[in-house]
Amino acid sequence: MTLVKKLRWVALAAIPVLFIGAFFYWPLIKIFSHALGGEEIEDFKSLLFSGSFHQIAWFTVWQAFLSTVLTMVLALPTAYLMARYSFRGRRIFQIVTTVPFVLPTVVVAGAFTALFERFGLDEGAFRLRHTVWALLAAHVFFNLAIAIRTVSSFWSGLDPRIEEQAKLLGATPWHIFRKITFPRLIPVLAAASSIVFLFCLTSFGVVLLLAGPTRATIETEIWRQAIWRGDIATASSLAVIQLVAVLVMVLLMNYLQRRQAVVENRMDFVYEKAPRKLFAGNIFLLFVMIGLPIIILFESSLTVGDGYSFQNFASLADRVTLVPVSAITALKNSLLFAFVATIFASLLGCIASFVVVHGRRWVSNLFDIGMMFPLGISAVVLGFGMLISLDAPPLDLRSSWILVPIAHSLLGIPFVMRAVIPTLRRIDPSLRESATLLGASPRQVSRHIDFPIALRALSVGAAFAFAISIGEFGATSFLPRNPDRLTAPLVLFRLLGAPGETLRGQAMALAVVLMTITALAVILVEGSFFKKETIRSDF
Amino acid sequence: MEVLPTRLNLNWIMPAEGEKMKKKSLFIILLLAVVMISACGEEEERTVTLLTHDSFWISEGVFQDFTEQTGVTVELQMAGDTGQLLASAILTASNPAADVIFGIDNTFLQRALDAEIFSAYESPALVHIPEEIQLDSQHRVTPIDFGDVCINYWIDSFDANLPVPENLDDLINPKYYGQLVVQNPETSSPGLAFLLATIAEYGEDWEAWWEALKNNGVTVTSGWEDAYEGEFVAGGGDRPLVVSYASSPPAEVIYSEIPINSPPTGVLTDTCFRQIEFAGIVNGANNQESAEALVDFMLSERFQEDIPNSMLMFPASVNAELPQIFSEFAEVVETPYMLDPEFIEENRNDWTERWTEIVLR
Repeated sequence: MTLVKKLRWVALAAIPVLFIGAFFYWPLIKIFSHALGGEEIEDFKSLLFSGSFHQIAWFTVWQAFLSTVLTMVLALPTAYLMARYSFRGRRIFQIVTTVPFVLPTVVVAGAFTALFERFGLDEGAFRLRHTVWALLAAHVFFNLAIAIRTVSSFWSGLDPRIEEQAKLLGATPWHIFRKITFPRLIPVLAAASSIVFLFCLTSFGVVLLLAGPTRATIETEIWRQAIWRGDIATASSLAVIQLVAVLVMVLLMNYLQRRQAVVENRMDFVYEKAPRKLFAGNIFLLFVMIGLPIIILFESSLTVGDGYSFQNFASLADRVTLVPVSAITALKNSLLFAFVATIFASLLGCIASFVVVHGRRWVSNLFDIGMMFPLGISAVVLGFGMLISLDAPPLDLRSSWILVPIAHSLLGIPFVMRAVIPTLRRIDPSLRESATLLGASPRQVSRHIDFPIALRALSVGAAFAFAISIGEFGATSFLPRNPDRLTAPLVLFRLLGAPGETLRGQAMALAVVLMTITALAVILVEGSFFKKETIRSDF
Repeated sequence: MEVLPTRLNLNWIMPAEGEKMKKKSLFIILLLAVVMISACGEEEERTVTLLTHDSFWISEGVFQDFTEQTGVTVELQMAGDTGQLLASAILTASNPAADVIFGIDNTFLQRALDAEIFSAYESPALVHIPEEIQLDSQHRVTPIDFGDVCINYWIDSFDANLPVPENLDDLINPKYYGQLVVQNPETSSPGLAFLLATIAEYGEDWEAWWEALKNNGVTVTSGWEDAYEGEFVAGGGDRPLVVSYASSPPAEVIYSEIPINSPPTGVLTDTCFRQIEFAGIVNGANNQESAEALVDFMLSERFQEDIPNSMLMFPASVNAELPQIFSEFAEVVETPYMLDPEFIEENRNDWTERWTEIVLR
């Protein structure tokens, strides 16, 4: 490698480093050093050994673990269906399983509460309200999408003939799954469950609203300490502990994913038509897990008085006196932010992915892990960190709207990377070699092979980045903001924050519109690429 | 697959040659640069920055009038709820982002005063403000509005057989078993205010009252939304008593789907804790003079009379006239509970911890 090339390489790798350094690590260092400089170390120790902390930490890990296991187990049947069979309505499956991901937690919590009421599960022997089961159900609802898409796309790339041969040799389906399919799925199960685990570990609104006031996780405890007690030191200590837990998790995942050294030759086989029982079973499963809460949401958005009408939707353009902007303006803001955040996340995520795939081992590891962290940090702590670190030129962003899409893109980057990296890794080296042999220049090779393939994987990651940004509530609510620039989830929360049926109705209508926009975005971004099932990513 | 550094292939984004591609990479770097620079803020001529909570809003045109009178533009920044607002203000005290902060209430006031984030300013307009809500004798903060946190009830749930409860004592009567929903004082502002009301009423004996309330089937939620929109009858739940605000009934009328003549809810006026919201000029404010003008303006009739409809609070000034819907349906609480902010700050953590042990464990 010539020096010039090397410099270019370093310059390129520096872009994501600078970005995440300035907007994530620097704020964290600032807030931690502000809160934990000096004597607080003693408090830190006493916190670590206190009984109430153990209780909270135990519950946090326990619920995240159980949520993850449940999500993965429930995702397997659908992943199997989507990986191995052809059926009508495939696209609808994809959309239905993506939409929950963007719904603001307040809305989902409301939908679940309404659901429990409808089925009499809010009281009595089978009470779900304010129980850990409600929390688990909501976590499954949110995360099923990641699990299904990640696993099914990987699964569809596994050679099915091995299973068929085993079947011919008389193995039972269970045996085949246990001995052949499952071991081959381990890398992707590890990858998917670690993301799900991170989300459940740091989930905030769902815990607060659905699990009831008696249960606290580290994330809600950080919020309570920082906001209600004004105790930034304890909040920061807790955030450090949480970060260590996240680090352990990310390292473990990294290790498990790297074990996936085998590159299987992808087979282009003809999909069989899905057996009717399997198909029906999956429809039922998805209907219960995802469909019901969404239907309830639709219903409440259409309910006006004792009847149904579109009045709530019609009123979205009107500004309510209590809220600075109309729902429509907020939606426009959200779209703009999501657009900017998606561009940031795509660009930076792509560069980081190239570094992970082509860089030296240690650089690759560093990037892979370093970019994952934003998913595991408490939104409160990061928000306060940004407040005290980005307060002087050249980065005086405290009052700038750009802070919101920047924060969103921090969350989107890991998704872009999870989509792009596996695809880049799997580009068949022989494909490029043949191209080179046929006389293509390195540039032509990248342009005609690497780039198109990466772009398709990117589209999947970008769709997730977009969805995350448009529904993001936690991090956004802890950033300073200008009243004209409220996002849709923030406005939704404001609408639910005052008495009156019209406000509630408008909030529900806004939730449905958010959901629809996301569905459209998913179709638009991914649609054309999914017809040809040639790309594989972690989603 | 083995990955060697030599297989580095980044040409599509960082080409060795080729004008078009070069432009592309340049563009990316420029884009980032522009984003960073564009955020550096343009100096406007005379602005005053008002930092407040998310529940703040004022009708369009009100601040424009201020600009016309003084030539100063108000720049509004929001920072979550009251707790978050205060935490942000304290964190940025060494390099304040705002000139005036509005929205710290009497339950948090002492913490703000202890952190010395405000500087003293005695507005001439204070003559129209009742003495009893001017809680800081040094005028580091100025009362702007107030509201009462009270038990609200669903009118149709009560009749001759089950009369509406009147005061805190009634709530522990078995007649009202399972009817009340309150918020956790550790995570909710009205929840805290209600706990303070009971402490103001029962003094040392507040713990016994809450024990009795727990045995009487009280439901606890984390926040107001979950209580009012989830548990209370108005939001589709089945509990007819909820901790909310004295201004909630007029809101039920204003935001009703089908026009109604009177609210479906009422207020138990003997259960109220008064919340007073203050504005203060930030210590080290960039625009002291404009900040003072803004505080004066916030006490003017123009601003004060807009408060009820925009924020569902009551104006602090005795000169401000209430809109009709408020004078008609909002209960005026004559003798609300109040506690000294210093007393609240000293004991809050102990109280909420004890409360948690009694009610949630």
